[in-house]
Amino acid sequence: MALDDFDRALMAATQGGLPLVPRPYDAVGERLGVSGQQVRERLAQMLESGLIRRIGAVPNHYRLGFTANGMSVWDVEDAQVDTLGERIGQLPGVSHCYRRPRHLPKAAPGRSQDALSPSGGDAVQSIATGGNFWPYNLFAMLHGRSRAEVEQQAVQVRELLGAACRGHDILYSTAILKKTGLRLTHPSKED
Amino acid sequence: MLSPDDARLLERLHGDLPLTERPFADVALEFGWTEDYVITRLSALLESGMLTRFGPLFQIERAGGLFVLAAMAVPEERYEAVTAQVNALPEVAHNYRREHALNMWFVLGTETPAQCAAAIARIEAETGLPVLAFPKEREFFVELKLPLTSGAPHGAR
Repeated sequence: MALDDFDRALMAATQGGLPLVPRPYDAVGERLGVSGQQVRERLAQMLESGLIRRIGAVPNHYRLGFTANGMSVWDVEDAQVDTLGERIGQLPGVSHCYRRPRHLPKAAPGRSQDALSPSGGDAVQSIATGGNFWPYNLFAMLHGRSRAEVEQQAVQVRELLGAACRGHDILYSTAILKKTGLRLTHPSKED
Repeated sequence: MLSPDDARLLERLHGDLPLTERPFADVALEFGWTEDYVITRLSALLESGMLTRFGPLFQIERAGGLFVLAAMAVPEERYEAVTAQVNALPEVAHNYRREHALNMWFVLGTETPAQCAAAIARIEAETGLPVLAFPKEREFFVELKLPLTSGAPHGAR
């Protein structure tokens, strides 16, 4: 489903946020030269199609007291990762959960070789990871009011993964460097 | 910290702002508040940085685009300069510093795969540092949870 010009205009007009006025959809429509009704109908279609995940508040976890934010990463058996990933998404504390490619040295046996590095090559991987390869294929974001709380959540993930898990790490964030969300760059010039 | 009213409002408005003519009035009605109070509270939450944004969250994948997580190992002495170089790209939606040899993790959001590859190539060229890409292979369903009102931590039931 490609975006049409109205989609792009609507996304550009709302990706920074909705105006906090009594009739926000009318206000967006006014900027785009359409009615508020048209805006609401298209937003409803976008929700329906999944192009919009939700319309609402994007919290700053830190400012809300969730000061411990850990990206937990897990090396899970390929055959089981999809089933287990679904279950981990249900755990309390998990806000996002994805399967992503590993980055492995070329000769590593018994592991998938579908890792993607745009620069390619083992040298690059070894530099980028500080000499370590990246064995993790499951990423789950954990949020707590302390690191101890995040560790506790990680224990639950570990228990759920059981023998399918060969190793894990938690990468705590120490600063938000940017959080603007999606910004379309060159609307309608790319077709 | 959040007032009890703010916590209730955020839990309600994590998603599902009504697609009605006056959505804030409809939310106010659910709580027995005024429309003006809802708008004032939301504005204050944005102003104070408790919220980074209020509006639609787009999944650009559904329109042929993509979000790609990417990581770099940035030398400490260059961290600030590289942050500025990376953040300058509008394709960079989020960027976090993390405790790891790979100490910079950012998300690229673009309308086409080609734009994403171009953004990665540009970051590598400008910084001279390799970028490790972790494209989303599968997203697992995550139950919406933001337990602010209970006073309980995220992990508690």
